[in-house]
Amino acid sequence: MTLTGAQILWECLLREGVEVVFGYPGGAILPAYDALLDVPIRHVLARHEQGACHMADGYARASSKVGVVIATSGPGATNLVTGLATAMLDSVPLVAITGQVGSRLLGTDAFQEVDVTGVTLPVTKHNVLVTRAADLGPALREAFAVARTGRPGPVLVDITKDAQQATAAFDWEAWAPTRHRRHAAPGPKPEDLEAARQLLARAQRPLILAGRGIELSGARDAVLAFAEATGTPIATTLLGLGAVPAQHPLNLGMMGMHGEAWVNQAIQEADLLLAFGMRFDDRVTGNLATYATNAKKLHVDVDAAELGKNVAVDLAAHADLRAFVEALGTDFDTPDTDPWLARIRDLRGDAAVRDIQNLPDDGHLYAAHVIHDLWKLTEGEATVVTDVGQHQMWEAQYYRHDRRRSLITSGGLGTMGFALPAALGAKLAEPEREVWVVAGDGGFQMTSPELMTLVQEGVKLNLAVINNGFLGMVRQWQELFYARRYAATPILSPDFAKLAEAYGIRGLAASTREEARAAIREARTHDGPVLIDFRVEQEDAVYPMVPAGAALDAMIRRPMPAPSLLAETGADATST
Amino acid sequence: MPHLLLATLDDEPGVLNRVVSLIRRRAFNIQALTVGPAEAPGTSRMTLVVESDEAGARRVAAHLEKLLNVLKVELLTEKPAVVRYLALLRVAAPVALRSQVLTVGAAFRAQVVDVSEDSVVLECSGGAEKLAALAEALRPYGLLELSRTGALAMARGTAPALIPKARAEADLPPLAMSV
Repeated sequence: MTLTGAQILWECLLREGVEVVFGYPGGAILPAYDALLDVPIRHVLARHEQGACHMADGYARASSKVGVVIATSGPGATNLVTGLATAMLDSVPLVAITGQVGSRLLGTDAFQEVDVTGVTLPVTKHNVLVTRAADLGPALREAFAVARTGRPGPVLVDITKDAQQATAAFDWEAWAPTRHRRHAAPGPKPEDLEAARQLLARAQRPLILAGRGIELSGARDAVLAFAEATGTPIATTLLGLGAVPAQHPLNLGMMGMHGEAWVNQAIQEADLLLAFGMRFDDRVTGNLATYATNAKKLHVDVDAAELGKNVAVDLAAHADLRAFVEALGTDFDTPDTDPWLARIRDLRGDAAVRDIQNLPDDGHLYAAHVIHDLWKLTEGEATVVTDVGQHQMWEAQYYRHDRRRSLITSGGLGTMGFALPAALGAKLAEPEREVWVVAGDGGFQMTSPELMTLVQEGVKLNLAVINNGFLGMVRQWQELFYARRYAATPILSPDFAKLAEAYGIRGLAASTREEARAAIREARTHDGPVLIDFRVEQEDAVYPMVPAGAALDAMIRRPMPAPSLLAETGADATST
Repeated sequence: MPHLLLATLDDEPGVLNRVVSLIRRRAFNIQALTVGPAEAPGTSRMTLVVESDEAGARRVAAHLEKLLNVLKVELLTEKPAVVRYLALLRVAAPVALRSQVLTVGAAFRAQVVDVSEDSVVLECSGGAEKLAALAEALRPYGLLELSRTGALAMARGTAPALIPKARAEADLPPLAMSV
């Protein structure tokens, strides 16, 4: 069978199981778009290639399939860079297809020519320039294999226009890739398992650090079984939220810069850290010199280059996490952890009293209240896709993610503008699922034109814009570390509800807690997308907080509420 | 301290760029880099000297292993190895001093590869110290040009085959650092 390069492209995608691609057409990718009309693959037209890339990312995170984004040469391709880097940092399997100028024009600064494989080299797991139709099939098959094997990541295939137009024999079997196999997660080594058991046998105060690797390796059940059998508590990274149920009694919650103080204190007091599919990011460790100095450290990761990268560990196991934890088993003696769990309960101390969600309504609308109410009213069942900043941390603190893949957020790169397009992708991956965007007024304005994509594609999801009139997280740092000199952080916004209406989307606004709850209820029952402009307290700050570079237990706690408010907290506290 | 890494690469355009870009963006410092054809057709062999601590060198190896065009990486630091450099030196050698220059060269077992009216070109291979000593010995006569390669290295004794068997047959060996 002889096909054009463009036909080979879509035939390969079909055979890879691709049902939807996100993209934006242009000159150098026109042959591919022309051939798209003849294949049963849905194309979602974004309003900007960055949006298309985040859509593919959200689709991949919600479905565990490979997301596909397609763009033209030059500016189309460079607009993907932020999305590719976002996927790279958070280990998301993506395949990006870009058109390139004709092969005879390569290197001539032709119209819309950019060295795309050069530009995207550091933000892709692999990339390749295809200049001949005959090379396209092998390159695509390998791209999908590399994207999903081992530690997932984005792969870019740059295809010259003439390679899309020329013909070549289609030979699926002959194109079976092999090089990706070296990325495949190795099984656990017996000596590593034995060393791990010996560490566990001596540990009085063990603690699991749960990262995104748990989801990626399908280790949820294995990790829970291990934790329960050994009585080991769990702290999670931001991307580890939902990897194990938030409300599991052994799950302490999020660690790190905006983790609860007692969780970070527990890390500092632990005598054994079991790092499962996490990478000791600086937002998690604080000052490395003072990080968990009492603890032996066991690190299990599919990526050998992560082992020993940030934190020197006592045992580095390069292995598939699920296979490792399952092989580790529970058939060995470990010390009783009841005293350790009791100690952690003590560490909680007065944290609940300081927690804003436990405070009564004082007439102001706080972002924490909004997130808490969203969690209650959606019964914790929604997929929440956040942007980056204060609202992201409040979401992480107050929405209890029990279900896997129910939080989609840009963790490693911290990409503002991620939420709306990623949520669209997530909704297409799970059409029956209730999906909420939680974004700030700053980040939302970076990609808000994708509202029109929602309408054009007939996608129902709801948007919570946490509007405080500032680039809130930067403002918070200015408040704490730059003497309240608010350089370039006050930000004006359009009337978001009116903006939504201009797109044909229902727009609501809420300034009190009652209005907030009513708006959430209305959004859930309305057929089409609904945007809610939550006008929250302007100079609210996310606590607790480890200042960047400080020791993990040197946290800025939540301020104590006024005594008059404290007296009223009892009833509300138990309602959570 | 400097660490020696050997890597076998696909001999394709852009592969060197991938390797160098990776090492640069991971903030490691390349002291020397030598690339040439390896024993198997379509592959090249790279000898890399990286300034780093031991853990860093292992991480460089692990990062390199992840590149699809890198077939095999070996960290030589802990193993006995032959390490050689090649130098070409153009030395001022007027007739009156020529025999002295050649005597110095002979002491280092350098070959004369070009002779002109007022200079000679010497070729010498050996360890870094030897080549540095030769350059210093020739400097008083007028060292007009010096060109030196990076390191070439090979493990002593019976080293494991650098090129795995047909890649299609089986999974490639695990990363060097975890062996």
